[in-house]
Amino acid sequence: MSTQPDDVLLEVKGLRTHFTTDTGEVRAVNGADLTLRRGRTLCVVGESGCGKSVTARSILQLVERPGRVVGGQVLLHRRGPGGAAETVDLAALGPRDRRIRQVRGRDIAMVFQEPMASLSLVHRVGNQIGEAIRVHNRVSRAEARRRSVELLGRVGIPAPERIVDAYPFQLSGGMRQRVMIAMALSCEPELLIADEPTTALDVTTQAQILDLLADLQDSRGMAMLFITHDMGVVAEIADDVAVMYLGSVVEQGAVDGVFHAPRHPYTRALLESVPRMGAPRRERLPAIRGSVPDPAHQPSGCVFRDRCDHAMPGRCDTTVPPPVSLADGRRVRCLLYGGDAPAGHADPADPAHQFRPDPAGASARRADEEAADAD
Amino acid sequence: MRALVIRRLLYMVPTLFAISLVAFLVIQLPPGNYLATYIAELSARGASVERAQILALEERYGLNEPLHVQYLRWIGGILLNGDFGMSFAYQRPVADLIWDRIGLTVALALATMLVSWVIAFPIGVYSAVRQHSVGDYAATFVGFLGLATPNFMLALVFVWVSYRFFGESAGGIVSPEFADSAWNLGRVLDVVSNLWAPVLIIGAAGTAVLIRVLRANLLDELRKPYVTAARAKGLPEWRVILKYPVRMAISPFISTIGWILPTLVGGEVMVSIVLSLDTTGPLLLEALQSQDMYLAGSFILVLGALTLVGTLLSDLLLAWWDPRIRHAQTEEASA
Ligand SMILES: Nc1ncnc2c1ncn2[C@@H]1O[C@H](COP(=O)(O)OP(=O)(O)OP(=O)(O)O)[C@@H](O)[C@H]1O
Ligand SMILES: [Mg+2]
Repeated sequence: MSTQPDDVLLEVKGLRTHFTTDTGEVRAVNGADLTLRRGRTLCVVGESGCGKSVTARSILQLVERPGRVVGGQVLLHRRGPGGAAETVDLAALGPRDRRIRQVRGRDIAMVFQEPMASLSLVHRVGNQIGEAIRVHNRVSRAEARRRSVELLGRVGIPAPERIVDAYPFQLSGGMRQRVMIAMALSCEPELLIADEPTTALDVTTQAQILDLLADLQDSRGMAMLFITHDMGVVAEIADDVAVMYLGSVVEQGAVDGVFHAPRHPYTRALLESVPRMGAPRRERLPAIRGSVPDPAHQPSGCVFRDRCDHAMPGRCDTTVPPPVSLADGRRVRCLLYGGDAPAGHADPADPAHQFRPDPAGASARRADEEAADAD
Repeated sequence: MRALVIRRLLYMVPTLFAISLVAFLVIQLPPGNYLATYIAELSARGASVERAQILALEERYGLNEPLHVQYLRWIGGILLNGDFGMSFAYQRPVADLIWDRIGLTVALALATMLVSWVIAFPIGVYSAVRQHSVGDYAATFVGFLGLATPNFMLALVFVWVSYRFFGESAGGIVSPEFADSAWNLGRVLDVVSNLWAPVLIIGAAGTAVLIRVLRANLLDELRKPYVTAARAKGLPEWRVILKYPVRMAISPFISTIGWILPTLVGGEVMVSIVLSLDTTGPLLLEALQSQDMYLAGSFILVLGALTLVGTLLSDLLLAWWDPRIRHAQTEEASA
């Protein structure tokens, strides 16, 4: 990837975020790579604790002590003043830097998991949205208020003229999340990061919020980084998907490709452990063998090798798999696809044939299930 | 909100009545009365007291009447004429004796409160935001010292230092040269210049408590998601902190309005004695010891009423400060 295609908005390269704790250095994000393209939705999935939220926060330098971004790049390709393209490395800015503050909310906005806790309960809705507008735009209070009402209407809040003067504790969870979304959209960001925005909501509200986000993203041509546990949600809204395991992205690619032909053994295991609609009730879901290692004491080499059915002794425990680019923009971190010296027999053009252990029927079955799930 | 205020004002009436009753009865509780104490004192000095004289005195002070009559006469006088009765010991109307002292006590309370706020706010915020910094540890250490040192000790140290090193005998609120003058600018400035030491001494412990509470509350609040969400909007750090978590953490400051007066009256007696301040504490103590009942009762009644006003003010301010309280209370009121 020497030349950047025009539609790349944000590139996360080798991002590392550590927490210094009494028991040692926790490498919560340990060399994560992501590519976000304009107007597209990237879903980040992975088990609890694998570093999805910390990655998202690291992008905006919002990691709290004792955590800090210790390495890697977060390249934002934006249209600078006058329309000329410019690239900023957000990872190189300090958390209190003026330049990162100008990115927050304006180029990249964020919606959090807990709408209950992410709004101040003692400030009026209009005050909190208006403030977000006025940080980045020179407008009067009256104008900010007018825009707030308009935004509230746009995110589907009934009687926005009334709600603008309400306090968040007077609203339901779904309404609060709509308020959060209105706030995030207030400066028309190019990228919206949504960290499990529907987890705290009931099922019906979840579906509404999801529809709203998909709608807004579509109509504004905004890119979205969407963190979720829910493969159903991924199937519904994602263009691309990134699978995280223990602080790094083990596989990223277009959603159809990843779902129908997962390359990384962890992605395969993860997809197999997802319950399927229409599957016999009593059938046991295959769980992934072993458990996630403690991020403070990571194994050498590939972090997944202890739980991997295809681990290759002598290779996987010595070499940290680098990202390997395959056809159709897929990127995998697994030595099955090469990456250790000598690159040898790996054939990036068609690596699937190397994946012998995969029973022939499995991909076909997975494809069927995927189709069923998407309904 | 107005309904809330009216409701709270109405509630004050029975409470005040109860306070007056308790104030009056508490003074009657110890055996004997002022006269008995007075006679005992006279006989101890070797003076003989004749029975006729005792009866005359009892008659004059109304001490031979039943308790409820005494109470009704006292409270009636207050309500109808603002007459708080006579002080036995001083042979003067109680009203002449108490207002100056209560005024001074309230002034001291207000000054102490404001000064603790002004000191505690920046230190508390700094300690929380820069947790584990040298400044935080220093503030914590000094805070514990302030908490652990009894304030009469501070007063003694202050008196000693000012005598030893400045050759002045510290004490008193009004300097001798202004003792008899009317209130004018000079006298006000004089009082202010004499007030700072007692204010600091009396406020030391309270300030330390406020710093601890603000720091602990703010540390809790700083970890909450709404702070990160505010940062994610692109606000400058100081604005994030002052607008959101500090706002949530600072309610204890408002609560001080409610408890500063009673703590001060109870706590400053020793300091006032050491620094010879003419506040309520020393005179109230004296009146209780000699069973000078109208004097003691009136003190307690007025201080009780002022405390009620303080509590009301702090509750109303809290409701104004935190809309959640306001809404809960107005809902309750309309229900
Ligand atoms: N304040 C902290 N102190 C120490 N370690 C932390 C802290 N916050 C996060 N971590 C570490 O970072 C790791 C990743 O956390 P993160 O919140 O990003 O997980 P996640 O993938 O978002 O999980 P979930 O799906 O549960 O939200 C955790 O396993 C934890 O060990
Ligand atoms: Mg998370």
